[in-house]
Amino acid sequence: MLDTIIEGAVAFMLIAGGAFAFIGSLGMTHLKDFYMRLHGPSKTTTLGVGCTLIGSLIYFSREDGPIIQELLITISAFITAPVSAHMLAKSALHHKLKPDPRTRGNPVELESDKPRHTIEEAPQGDSPLP
Amino acid sequence: MIDMALWIALALFCAAIVLNFYRAVVGPSLPDRVLAVDTMYMNSIALIVLFGIWVNNKDYFEAALLIAMLGFVSTIAICKYLLRGDIIE
Repeated sequence: MLDTIIEGAVAFMLIAGGAFAFIGSLGMTHLKDFYMRLHGPSKTTTLGVGCTLIGSLIYFSREDGPIIQELLITISAFITAPVSAHMLAKSALHHKLKPDPRTRGNPVELESDKPRHTIEEAPQGDSPLP
Repeated sequence: MIDMALWIALALFCAAIVLNFYRAVVGPSLPDRVLAVDTMYMNSIALIVLFGIWVNNKDYFEAALLIAMLGFVSTIAICKYLLRGDIIE
């Protein structure tokens, strides 16, 4: 009876992990611009891999007591995924990748480098050179 | 029951890796490709863990841990290079 419950839990975790990872990769393939594509892997795939690792933890813990080592990969994945997503977003903003035109909002980093003033409007005064 | 779930999960993860490979080849910009490779190593960790369940051997998780650490460090290094043009300033 207990074996059946544990096997069911492992099977559920494995299938849920596979489904989550597949959905994340599907989002990364099909969404329109980079800022949308970043959502799939950074959240969904991390959850999928975490589910798979917890299923493996339950599977190996059923005979000789709990095994904690696999939790290490889960924790490290859950800590490192937001950091790498943040760095990828920063590098995309640095490269000024075009967002989808329907995206609302206008981040400062994506504005063009052209000066906003014309020469006549430019701040007057003494020479800028020292 | 576990055998069936294992096959389904293996098929789903392999399909996910194929999609990642498509994005890494096609991806219009450089951060897209980095993101695709990042996701690919995450999926490969899960594949190694599934293989460990399949052969009923729990030593494979060390390989998965190694891939997780090195993948994170390499992603951060490439992002740093894209941002600054230099890794350690």
